[in-house]
Amino acid sequence: MILAARDLSVRYPGVARRVLDSVSLRVEPGRLVVVTGPNGSGKTTLVNALLGLVVPDGGSAVLDGKPVSGWRRGSLAKVVGVVAQREEVVFPITVWQTVMLGRYAHLGPLAPIGFHDREATLRALRRCDIEPLAERRVDTLSGGEWQRVRLARALAQQPRILVLDEPTASLDVRHEMELFELIRTLVADGLAGLVVTHELNLAARFADRIVLLNEGKVVVDGAPAEVLRREILTEVFGWPVAVTTWWDGSPQVVPLRAGEAAPG
Amino acid sequence: MRRAALGLLLLVPLSLVVGLWAGPVTLSPLDIWDGLVHPYSDSAAIVRDLRLPRVLLAFLVGGSLSVVGASLQALLRNPLADPYLLGLSGGAGLGAVVAIAINPGWPWAVPAAAFAGAAGAIALVYRLSVVSGRRLDPRVLLLAGVVVGSFAGAIMTTVASLSEAAELKRAFLWLLGGFGAASWSALVVFAAYAAVPLVVLLLSGRALDLLALGEESAKHLGAEVERNKRIVYIATSLLTAASVAVCGMVGFVGLVVPHAVRRLWTPMHRELLPVVFFLGGAFLVLADGLARTIVRPLELPVGAVTAIVGVPLFAMLLRRNYT
Repeated sequence: MILAARDLSVRYPGVARRVLDSVSLRVEPGRLVVVTGPNGSGKTTLVNALLGLVVPDGGSAVLDGKPVSGWRRGSLAKVVGVVAQREEVVFPITVWQTVMLGRYAHLGPLAPIGFHDREATLRALRRCDIEPLAERRVDTLSGGEWQRVRLARALAQQPRILVLDEPTASLDVRHEMELFELIRTLVADGLAGLVVTHELNLAARFADRIVLLNEGKVVVDGAPAEVLRREILTEVFGWPVAVTTWWDGSPQVVPLRAGEAAPG
Repeated sequence: MRRAALGLLLLVPLSLVVGLWAGPVTLSPLDIWDGLVHPYSDSAAIVRDLRLPRVLLAFLVGGSLSVVGASLQALLRNPLADPYLLGLSGGAGLGAVVAIAINPGWPWAVPAAAFAGAAGAIALVYRLSVVSGRRLDPRVLLLAGVVVGSFAGAIMTTVASLSEAAELKRAFLWLLGGFGAASWSALVVFAAYAAVPLVVLLLSGRALDLLALGEESAKHLGAEVERNKRIVYIATSLLTAASVAVCGMVGFVGLVVPHAVRRLWTPMHRELLPVVFFLGGAFLVLADGLARTIVRPLELPVGAVTAIVGVPLFAMLLRRNYT
């Protein structure tokens, strides 16, 4: 199943320039696409427009050949799992209950929770390595645990496409790596993955494709080595950077100190 | 915890018995049984015509208000939400006070005017909260509710201050709530009317679980958020308006019972709402029983009793869960 943006444009009321300007993008099975770019470059708007939360001003978001706007939310949630940027807990429930919410799209308003739903929930918990937390209340979790719970909830939806908006913001190195490793495994198992992140160096090592946005437009779209280049990044982020190469060939970005010259 | 909660549900039959027993005339359990079973027994008039409709009405209203409170807390993502938060109380109060001031001498005038006032407030709040054509914004809903409520309250105060002292007291007592005017016809009208919004809310359990997460997450998990918000707002408002019309404003039940059940039973709405209904019903029947016995032959406003009894109970629950 393929999720695609075709010349997608979005304009917010009262804002003169387009927040998203003719962006095209394809998310397909077995591939991990990373969207990155400066703050305010339109990353989250792109995700929201792809998922039908924002009405496009031009172009279209298409899922499985059908415009996303034509999908019912219930049907969409059966094939696309999303971990949004923010989620604030007001009424704390347990981890198990939270992950089970991922089954609601399959259950509808009335069907009783069945064996299959418990199985899917348990599998999602195991996959994200949080089964021991099942009975904990979510307001007692650390930031890393909470992110994994939300990912598990998305996995309990048994989606074909996984969309994560800054999943590693505020996570430490270990949790960041664990999350990206998990995402990579899921994609290797055939899921289509779309991740928004500011972590250029993680994107370089995990992504099949990086889409670099700036001021609502796609600057470059390609393999990490094509996108993460010194001139491009310096220009887009407005800060000098150097780009080196890790032994596996992936580019790694080092922002320079003020007045520091790039090596080489 | 669950066992404690099951114990709480035993309150339902208990409350009904206490409700039938409590009152200015002391009846033995045998008298009550006689009155229920034999239509021509001595106690039949009291049990059948006065106490039974009153107990059933209090149960239904208590259950409804509690379900409304739980639903609004999830919709607004605000633990402080109660049935009267969204301006209904002001509208209903205004309607009632105007009716009492004018005094048209028609028995249903006050409830009808209260209902009309509440309906007006609902319409106004709804109109103010639908932003950019179609989106119902819960934050605006909250603000609009408070604003409309204050405005109606101000007019109500103005009307009340221009009225006679006796009328003023009557209006004040009516607003505080009570089941003194309960009758079979009030019960039937309320039950027939409340059935639809109540069933709608009880079936919205999963939608409320998702709404409680916030709109964005709810959508990603498959909720038709705009539709669900409207349905919940309209159902809760209509239910509250009807309860205000039959018994004035009975505070506290709708705020506290949902929290108690969340703590003692489950926070998941599909299971929470039915439990909240039964427990809220039992709580209000007991409170009403107390209201008509502690100072008999006089009666206290039931809204005062719910708070006097409920606040300490709830404070204990808070302490036990947070320390």
